[in-house]
Amino acid sequence: MNTLRAKYADEIQAILAKYPPEHKRSAVMPLLYLAQREAGYVTVQAMAEIAEILEISITDVASIVGFYTLYYDQPHGRYHIQVCTDLPCALRGAEDFLKALCQALGVEVGQVTPDGLFVIEEVKCIGACHRAPVFQVQGDGEIVFHENQTLETALAVIEALRQKAQQEKEGTA
Amino acid sequence: MSEYLILRHRAIPGLERLPVYLEHQGFAAFKKAVMELPPAQVIQMVKDSGLRGRGGAGFPTGLKWSFLPNDLWPHYVVANADESEPGTFKDREIMESNPFQFLEGLMIAAYAVQANVAYIYIRGEYWHIARWLDQKIAELEQAGLLGERLFGTDYSLRIYTHLGAGAYICGEETALLESLEGKLGQPRLRPPFPATAGLYNRPTVVNNVETLANVPLIVLNGPAWYHNYGTDKSPGTKVFSLSGCVNRPGNYELPFGVTFRELIFEHGGGVPEGRTLKAVMTAGASSVLIPMDESVLDTPMDYESLNKFGGSLGSASVIVLDDSVNMAWLTQKTVNFFKHESCGKCTPCREGTYWMNRLAERIVRGKAGLREVELLYQVARQMQGKCLCALGEFSTLAVVSSIDRFRADFEAVVTKEPIYG
Ligand SMILES: Cc1cc2nc3c(=O)[nH]c(=O)nc-3n(C[C@H](O)[C@H](O)[C@H](O)COP(=O)(O)O)c2cc1C
Ligand code: SF4
Ligand code: FES
Repeated sequence: MNTLRAKYADEIQAILAKYPPEHKRSAVMPLLYLAQREAGYVTVQAMAEIAEILEISITDVASIVGFYTLYYDQPHGRYHIQVCTDLPCALRGAEDFLKALCQALGVEVGQVTPDGLFVIEEVKCIGACHRAPVFQVQGDGEIVFHENQTLETALAVIEALRQKAQQEKEGTA
Repeated sequence: MSEYLILRHRAIPGLERLPVYLEHQGFAAFKKAVMELPPAQVIQMVKDSGLRGRGGAGFPTGLKWSFLPNDLWPHYVVANADESEPGTFKDREIMESNPFQFLEGLMIAAYAVQANVAYIYIRGEYWHIARWLDQKIAELEQAGLLGERLFGTDYSLRIYTHLGAGAYICGEETALLESLEGKLGQPRLRPPFPATAGLYNRPTVVNNVETLANVPLIVLNGPAWYHNYGTDKSPGTKVFSLSGCVNRPGNYELPFGVTFRELIFEHGGGVPEGRTLKAVMTAGASSVLIPMDESVLDTPMDYESLNKFGGSLGSASVIVLDDSVNMAWLTQKTVNFFKHESCGKCTPCREGTYWMNRLAERIVRGKAGLREVELLYQVARQMQGKCLCALGEFSTLAVVSSIDRFRADFEAVVTKEPIYG
């Protein structure tokens, strides 16, 4: 059974309606986002289901997942803290900011925090260079920008996410 | 600047709301076009205005629209909202704060080439903006400004957003179209150009967000009015994204022909902490380094004037570099970006960016000598003119110009002070 199709019938219909019926392959990217929102990453089963919906091969779907950096094919920490260290941000202290953040959390870039919640990543320009240091949080199917950051504000953002996750676990959310 | 054409929200609070936009002649141009102007006349107006593409190449917009053949249908229009060049954050401000002007421009473009479907390809990181635009599009449909048989005519139009997923190359228009078709974002061999064989192999216009945002005012006020702004060959205003070593980074909308001095010092407040200006990049990471001195500062910024430095205005993403910046470090930053973003389709770029990145890393870590600097230079030179798309060429610009113009910086790192120990 195609669980994505069963669970998200309306949303999938709305996505497919954006493209000509004979070119429904165009829907692969939005469907991958949908699958990633569901599981936190794109599972092998989801790839198979998307392939079935679009009538393309699983290899085609997998190659799309591999090509684009915002898709993940492995569980990887719930929140990706993505710090921009590209040139314009680096000129405004982003590399030091990243280093301080890693130190404060006791992890290296790419390493998941012991609670499994966070992974710090270095990313290229996200279009917020005038508000460096900046990072985006990718998780729960969303991407949220945090601009003009200091170590203190960044840690506060992370702490708020941690509490949200904690409350969910305790069923108090 | 006292007058805004594009960042009008800075003068008109609430412009991102439909009632406010409508109060300020919003959609008057679109309505006039659909009800009164034949499509060819709209194209002629945009041609006469001299509007040039703001996505980097400065190609005349009206001319581009006129290339679509009228014996092959349907036609498509795609707005390029992939904005991923390091140092570029202008389309974001337009879409966030003046979304309807951009949408109206897109709608007029669609009418001009008689497309009934338009897409907006938005970079994945601008997820929140895609949702925001979806709301705006729904409002337009409710208001009867978008949809079937508009204003009682035969013309119908739908707009859809499509999110990218983190690939700079998808800003290149043919890679963008591949991506929109659900394939890997890799450039196509050209010709054929999108104007004849674009989305789904159909005639397609691809325009930048800022380009489109100019169109409503041109249709409303006429092409002659547009020539009141900017220079003869580059009419209008440009949104400059100013970043790097400057006191007031941000977007500045100024007429073409504004000088470096005015942009960086008058508007940007100069370089911080009394340091001195060393160089400028004008097209984000895809730029040559232009060394700055008193005379260069008075160069007007338009599509022609930067040629004499081997540069181009590109997307007008101006990265300011002061004397605290070592250009070997900068080179490593830029080649690392391009190595990360090379799509891998052609060998010179895939291999070249890989080797440039390795060499540049060794140089800034103090693990290389002048021989490696020379090798880095040679690799870049050999790539030039051999890559399938412009990304490959872009990746060499900072390398060659920094070694040519700031060799002492490289000598300092290889002989004295490594940057990353
Ligand atoms: C590597 C590369 C990246 C590009 N990125 C963008 C981009 O993010 N946004 C954009 O509008 N144009 C970008 N372009 C230019 C587009 O290919 C195309 O020329 C432009 O969208 C045309 O619109 P315009 O005529 O309105 O400028 C890029 C080009 C290259 C080679
Ligand atoms: S030049 Fe680079 S980005 Fe362009 S097609 Fe070749 S490998 Fe891809
Ligand atoms: S360089 Fe960091 S957001 Fe642009």
